[in-house]
Amino acid sequence: MLKLSRYVLYDILRSKVIIVYTLFLLTVSFSLFQLEENNSKAILSLLNIVLIIVPLISMIFTTIHYYNSYEFIELVVSQPLSRSRILLSEYSGVALSLLSAFFMGVGIPVLLFSFSETGLALLFTGAALTLIFTSLAFLAAVSARDKARGIGVALLLWFYFALIYDGLVLMILFSFSEYPMEKFTLLLSALNPIDLGRIFIMLRMDVSALMGYTGALYKDFFGSGTGTLYTTGIMLIWIVLPLLLALRIFKKKDL
Amino acid sequence: MKWLLTILFVFTLEQVIAHTIVVGRNRHISTLRQGITAAKDGDTVLLNKGTYKEGNIIINKAIHLVGIGAPVLDGDNKHEILTLTGKNIVIKGIHFANAGYSSMNDYAALKIIEATNILIEHNVFTNAYFAIHIANSTGSIVRNNIIKGPDRSEHLSGNGIHLWKCENMTIENNSVQGHRDGIYFEFVTASIIKKNISEGNIRYGLHFMFSHNDTYRDNIFRNNGAGVAVMYTKNVRMENNVFDKNWGPSAYGILLKDISNSFIKNNQFIQNTVAIQMEGSSRIDIGNNLFKANGWALKVQASCDGNIFHHNNFFGNCFDVATNGTKTLNKFSSNFWDKYDGYDINKDGIGDVPYHPVSMYAMVVEQNPATLVLMRSFMVSLLDKAEKAIPCLTPENLIDNKPVIKPNK
Repeated sequence: MLKLSRYVLYDILRSKVIIVYTLFLLTVSFSLFQLEENNSKAILSLLNIVLIIVPLISMIFTTIHYYNSYEFIELVVSQPLSRSRILLSEYSGVALSLLSAFFMGVGIPVLLFSFSETGLALLFTGAALTLIFTSLAFLAAVSARDKARGIGVALLLWFYFALIYDGLVLMILFSFSEYPMEKFTLLLSALNPIDLGRIFIMLRMDVSALMGYTGALYKDFFGSGTGTLYTTGIMLIWIVLPLLLALRIFKKKDL
Repeated sequence: MKWLLTILFVFTLEQVIAHTIVVGRNRHISTLRQGITAAKDGDTVLLNKGTYKEGNIIINKAIHLVGIGAPVLDGDNKHEILTLTGKNIVIKGIHFANAGYSSMNDYAALKIIEATNILIEHNVFTNAYFAIHIANSTGSIVRNNIIKGPDRSEHLSGNGIHLWKCENMTIENNSVQGHRDGIYFEFVTASIIKKNISEGNIRYGLHFMFSHNDTYRDNIFRNNGAGVAVMYTKNVRMENNVFDKNWGPSAYGILLKDISNSFIKNNQFIQNTVAIQMEGSSRIDIGNNLFKANGWALKVQASCDGNIFHHNNFFGNCFDVATNGTKTLNKFSSNFWDKYDGYDINKDGIGDVPYHPVSMYAMVVEQNPATLVLMRSFMVSLLDKAEKAIPCLTPENLIDNKPVIKPNK
């Protein structure tokens, strides 16, 4: 399995996309920290990168990579190797390269310029989102044989999590504004990893605004040790569950 | 005639020759009560170092009570310590400790009733229910005192400096913490409050009602449970004060309720949940203030009118301005907004495009606080951008027509 992952990694490095991604993140992070006079503002801009760009790149890169190495996968499947091992090594190869790109591109600047609780929360969220969206992309890619369709599904998923979901939440909150929705929004946040990550970071940043009314409840929950555990747990479920589903489909799939 | 003059002379002599009475453990007069009884108008009572537990003492003549080496007057947790009434009384250098608590009476460490020309300075108050309680008095000065409350719950503690129905008072350079309200005024007029520090109080740092024509200058209100709340007053001047770290579900840098014809200038509002909340307030000149890192810099309810916000600087607030109506009766001009993204072609330092300080999301949150959970999401920034292009929900008249490009000095 390790050997297979290594081949996947070599393959990814040869394509240079991941290097460009790393350089992009590095340039953006460094310039943000240089441009903004105060580090928390830079972190704020980085937050948008982490919440929007990182999931998008993870998804697209993973699906394209999967379809590009389709022949290689077909070849390996003919060898005496279990299918789950093949897919898991593909996953670990891709996830590892994306993670290292993220840590080099965002991690180093953050640790250099803003080594704080907020910075660490940002890195944690970014890493978790990378893994989650790689998982989701595998699920999308495995379930569609057609390349265009696979990428389309992946994009749609990203669009859903990044934008549509928040719109739905807004709608629900307005439709049921007569009811106490605070606890319910906590539940809603668990259904979207991007939201969960955003709230997790935000509560370490915009404390003053959030301390009002509703904010106090979120603060109590997400600010506590239980909140961190909850976030980590939900994030883990978001990584594992799509991957397991993808594995199931992949095992039964007629390649 | 001669006879009359002699009498007058003797009488004045009596007045002029003030005696000094020394009270101390090993002195001829060992209790403060005896000392006060022996003293006549114009005398000075020197209280030597030591602890005196003598229950409630009443001073009703014009004497100077001066502590040497911070003598402690201890109320044993059941008495009001000192009660003053009359005029020309000075209390200086005394440590008031453990005044009594009562749910029936407003016991205070130092209570002043119906008095004129009183000077309270360089005293220390610890663990009091009310520390300084002044009622129906005029022309008095409270300065350089240190007041430290018991940090009990709201209904078990009283106010640090409590003034009721006073006139021409000066409250200067005091430090109050751990009380219910740091400084509390009701019907206090034509007074000056300056250089005080009120922090860590359970409810408000400063709380006043019906207190017209007062001036607040160079005070610091920090980290109070609910910030500062001022109500039903006109002609207030607030200058160079600092409102700092008033965080919490119902905390305000300053809450203005029914305040009119007033000035709020050169103040600093830093890291408050809401820097200024205005309700039913009119004709206030809010200028040259700094709003930095607050949740909401200004919450101007639709019930406010004729207020002018000018030459203020807004940095890093989550929301610059929020309101609950679409009609705008207030004016914004020449402020610096860090979120302004317009341009200045003719380089006169004034942006060529008006700035809308109320964002769409601020309106949404005002209507439905639970939507705070969507803060900083992609969705929200899209909505804000769309609203900026085609305003439909935000009040279109609430604009700054002359936003400055560089921060005001």
